[in-house]
Amino acid sequence: MSTTPHPLETRVVSLRFDQPDAYTLKGYLASGGFQALEKAFGMQPEAIIEEVKKSGLRGRGGAGFPTGLKWSFVPKQSAREKYVLCNADESEPGTCKDRLILEHDPFAIIEGMLIAGRAIGARRGYIYIRGEYRYLLDRMEKALEEARDAGYVGTNIRGRGFDFDIYAHTGAGAYECGEESALMESLEGKRGIPRLKPPFPAVSGYLGGPTIINNVETLASVPPILLNGGEWFAAFGPPKNGGTRLFCLSGHVNQQGVWELPLGFPMRRLIEELGGGMRNGAKLKAVVPGGSSTPLLPANVAWDVNLDFDSMAKVGTFLGSGGVVVVDEHTCMVKFALRIMQFYRHESCGWCVPCREGTSWLQTSLTRFHNGGGREADIALMREVSENILGRTHCALGDAAAMPTISILQHWRQEFEDHLAGKPCPFGARTAVAAAH
Amino acid sequence: MTPFSDALEERFQALMARYPARRSALVPMLIYAQDEIGHVSPAAIHRIAELLDESEMAVREVIGYYSMLRTEPAGKFHVQVCTNISCLLRGGEDLYEHCRKRLGIGHKQTAPDGVFSLEEVECLGACSWAPAVQINYDFHQELTPERLDQILDAYQARAKA
Repeated sequence: MSTTPHPLETRVVSLRFDQPDAYTLKGYLASGGFQALEKAFGMQPEAIIEEVKKSGLRGRGGAGFPTGLKWSFVPKQSAREKYVLCNADESEPGTCKDRLILEHDPFAIIEGMLIAGRAIGARRGYIYIRGEYRYLLDRMEKALEEARDAGYVGTNIRGRGFDFDIYAHTGAGAYECGEESALMESLEGKRGIPRLKPPFPAVSGYLGGPTIINNVETLASVPPILLNGGEWFAAFGPPKNGGTRLFCLSGHVNQQGVWELPLGFPMRRLIEELGGGMRNGAKLKAVVPGGSSTPLLPANVAWDVNLDFDSMAKVGTFLGSGGVVVVDEHTCMVKFALRIMQFYRHESCGWCVPCREGTSWLQTSLTRFHNGGGREADIALMREVSENILGRTHCALGDAAAMPTISILQHWRQEFEDHLAGKPCPFGARTAVAAAH
Repeated sequence: MTPFSDALEERFQALMARYPARRSALVPMLIYAQDEIGHVSPAAIHRIAELLDESEMAVREVIGYYSMLRTEPAGKFHVQVCTNISCLLRGGEDLYEHCRKRLGIGHKQTAPDGVFSLEEVECLGACSWAPAVQINYDFHQELTPERLDQILDAYQARAKA
């Protein structure tokens, strides 16, 4: 995978992506590794959290919750053991960035966890890596072994009287386990059924202990923030949208790729300058802005939006996971909606009725439309079913299924009408075989 | 009686010691058991339940949740084709159709000679290198049917060797 920096990039978490030996302890130390930890040893836990707050860092997994604030929710005193969890269950369709950090810079994740552990007073952490990323699990286990042998993980770290153990943990195929409470259930050796919140993990998480759980990229952002200061990081983006982040570009562009850009970077420049423009000179139809869970943007809106949390909110969508999927004019949006719904139907854990039943019925209706047997009344019904999932489930998977569907029904209603009974798909798109899942 | 190698039994002991509650080791144990045996067999379930002091039903309940775990054997090379959105837009369905024709099997089926099995899978995290296929744990990315053919030929040759 190409790691050469692009001139438009601002490399903070991807700083070591073009350093071939950065995944070894020697390579990591040679490029400033563990200096942030040294600095953290000289700081009070509250000061560490304050620095992260100042950076404006918001969760890079998808929800965008302010990281420093999350850390500050952990009670100082706790009868139960506290934990730091790293969410490396990257599975949001369109997202492939944590993979690069795990591959090129595993020690940055370790260092981020150590700093988090010191900030909240935890002594143990786990890195939950999706099962398909086996080569990265192996790489992380090796990195942990090296770190342990050199005294960066374990007891009395660097002679500073700080104990912190970290272990890597494999998943076994479940999108839902990327949801924080489902991840903790899975880490406890159970089915990944999300928990009802509150209590939030900061109060009661893994094994009932106060737990912070952060995405890979979030944790990897912590060492540079501590080293250079929160204000330095915040200055990369617009107010309240601090820093840089990795954007994964895929779909109908000339050049797919992952690039680190300052927040607020224009979508148009991502597609045209980094992505080399639309493939085969086709016109843009739609953009999935932040992974398959986010409402799609029609071309006219997508061209003029900036890649930051607040700009996305203004146009009714989310920055999400940083997975930008570009869709051209030759794509059938009924088919696209169906493929998204097949995914959520397959991944719904089945615990909450609105999600379990809703995704199933939506898949049935969309399949019927796609096969040329659409019923006009179903256009409104699909919207109603989607809206009845929203906010009525333990976790966000239900919302994630409903939101893109509602946006497609809204912006591309005509395409559904073109699929009414007896009409073949004008795009000639095949019905996905995944219906049999 | 254990269906596992000594090395795996040792690995399980180390694994269980990593957590304050040993049941936490269950999902990794199931995956590593499957890696060794090819699937999670009744004997594997029995032994893992015994190690964790859980019922076999509790273990089976967990197996049923995770898409990578299987209780029946698959092919020596398990071909997993992603057709989720990013791959869909770059020809993932064509790759899947190509595999169906070439291997003569469908979703979650194994060829009679046991060399290949096929599965249409959800997002593999290779979106910016789409379309992607994972064979066992190896990623193959930016594929065309022709390129995939060369890869499958190489696996086929390995099976004979």
